[in-house]
Amino acid sequence: MTGSKGAPLLQVRDLRVAFRRRGEPETVAVDGVSFDVAAGQVVGLVGESGCGKSVTSMAIMRLLPQRGVHITGSVKLDGEELLTLSDARMRERRGRDLSMVFQDPLSSLNPVIPIGLQITEVLRRHRGMDKEKAREAAVELLDRVGIPDPRRRITAYPHQLSGGMRQRVMIAIALACAPRLLIADEPTTALDVTIQAQILELLKEMVAETGAALIMITHDLGVVAGLCETVNVLYAGRIVERAQRHRLFGTPRHPYTHGLLRSIPRLDAPAGEALEAIPGSVVDNVPWTHACAFAPRCHRSVERCLEVTPAGETTGGRLLRCHNPVPASAE
Amino acid sequence: MTTTWAQRRKDRIDDLAGGRSLTSEALRRLRRDPVALTGGVIIGLFVLVAAFAPLLAPHGPAETFPQLQQDLRPGNIPGPTAGFPLGSDQLGRDFLSRMILASQQTLLVGVLATLIGLAVGIVIGTVAGAFGGWVDTLLMRITDVLLAIPSLLLAISVAALAASPSQTTVIIAVAIVGVPIFARLLRGSMLAQRNSDHVVAATALGVKRPAVVLRHMLPNAIGPVIVQATLTLATAILDAAALSFLGLGDADPGRAEWGLMLAQAQTYLDVRPALAFLPAFAIIAVALGFTLLGESLREALDPKGRR
Repeated sequence: MTGSKGAPLLQVRDLRVAFRRRGEPETVAVDGVSFDVAAGQVVGLVGESGCGKSVTSMAIMRLLPQRGVHITGSVKLDGEELLTLSDARMRERRGRDLSMVFQDPLSSLNPVIPIGLQITEVLRRHRGMDKEKAREAAVELLDRVGIPDPRRRITAYPHQLSGGMRQRVMIAIALACAPRLLIADEPTTALDVTIQAQILELLKEMVAETGAALIMITHDLGVVAGLCETVNVLYAGRIVERAQRHRLFGTPRHPYTHGLLRSIPRLDAPAGEALEAIPGSVVDNVPWTHACAFAPRCHRSVERCLEVTPAGETTGGRLLRCHNPVPASAE
Repeated sequence: MTTTWAQRRKDRIDDLAGGRSLTSEALRRLRRDPVALTGGVIIGLFVLVAAFAPLLAPHGPAETFPQLQQDLRPGNIPGPTAGFPLGSDQLGRDFLSRMILASQQTLLVGVLATLIGLAVGIVIGTVAGAFGGWVDTLLMRITDVLLAIPSLLLAISVAALAASPSQTTVIIAVAIVGVPIFARLLRGSMLAQRNSDHVVAATALGVKRPAVVLRHMLPNAIGPVIVQATLTLATAILDAAALSFLGLGDADPGRAEWGLMLAQAQTYLDVRPALAFLPAFAIIAVALGFTLLGESLREALDPKGRR
């Protein structure tokens, strides 16, 4: 798709995730999401809380509980369907071919095991290394993610490290087996602003170095701007707009994307100018079935928006799901 | 009590990672904690006495002495005399020797019963908590039934099933009382672990299911269970004593046991209160020791603890 050559590394088609509870209507968290990730590409999944970003990533990794969750569609890694893979085969691939970095590095690390052991565990599991080799490799990995004095740090427990260090360790673990695809689910949200930049820089370096593709999941458009080649904007479980980074930021067409960009403080804005906000919150959704889910919050909504579900239309490498998009010349 | 587990874990961590392990860190914290020290000293003394009881006790537990028995009348039990520092019991046996030797029985029954209950409870709790579904439901309904019966009544029922009361039946009965408590506790904290971020993260890294359960869930979930074990030790000692009192305990008169001594001394409370007081004090002291140790163990095992 967007400018990449050859067959995509990851192909997500019509991914739909519904949570079912007895006696309640099902909740559709992800509703027909399709996107591709080419080898070595950095793709962003952006949206506010509850839009289905994390559920998408968990579905790709097959980390959602089996009970009460209904997943349909297709997720292909290197042409192999992941959704129908046996549990054992999926476990083989997790950590080796596709890996994940989570939001909160403290709770994502096992508090009772030294960090070194948590790295060697993965190395020994997937690369069949013996203890000594794995330990050497772990030291090297920690060194590569910028942990000072790695030989000593290897025996440290997660609580003995700072937040930034912990996330570096998480990245080291996730990249230990040089996966083809790394999913980073809000990797900087739990960190200080100063650390965020360092971690993003590290992620950028590491994926460039290892050639891994990266799916960056975030609500922070600043993160996307500095990292992603292609950006998918999610709203209420559907992709409402997808474009190359520069085009998306330059000429946002979907009113939601537009609103998101307008709600970021700008240094070049006149002093005293009020920041624009998107009114309401995700709970104000209407279902996609007969309308545009964003319509109740949309300043550009027309009658049609509450009557007909907008279809995703691709024109010139940009996917747009809107009846009344912001004119291309608006800004 | 959990030395094997703790030791194996420590070794594993040591040889894989080197350096100070969580276990040694916990020991370091324990040494600095006055509460732990108090508990440790009590338990240490108790274990020492129990271990060397045959050497420390001047006489046998069932030995009767004519010089004590001649003063034995209704309304009079001989107090301390030469050669018998704590005097006689109601049958003319050396009270001091019986007190010392009884520590062995208490330690043996209490520790064995707790360990057996712990082992079975950990297996049940781990399986239920890790697998969930109908396995969990089945196991937990069974423990519910066990928990619904008052612990002493349950112990009595189990002990009564045996053809003849013996030390083994006491141990098994008391162990069974502990099982549902351990199982429920562990299952609860395993469930909490199951959805914790680091377990999801481990799964996302392709760690095999048994390793996730045993290495990432169990060690994080077991803390409360270890603490419960030290507290259960105290109740186990009391339950064993109660069984002895009810005639479901060790029938061997060649063994002394604090609970039985306390029960039998009730009749002579107005004659020689020490006969009841000393075993009672011993039971309380040991139970307190284990409780103190358990409390500080809980704090020391918390990896997020300060210092």
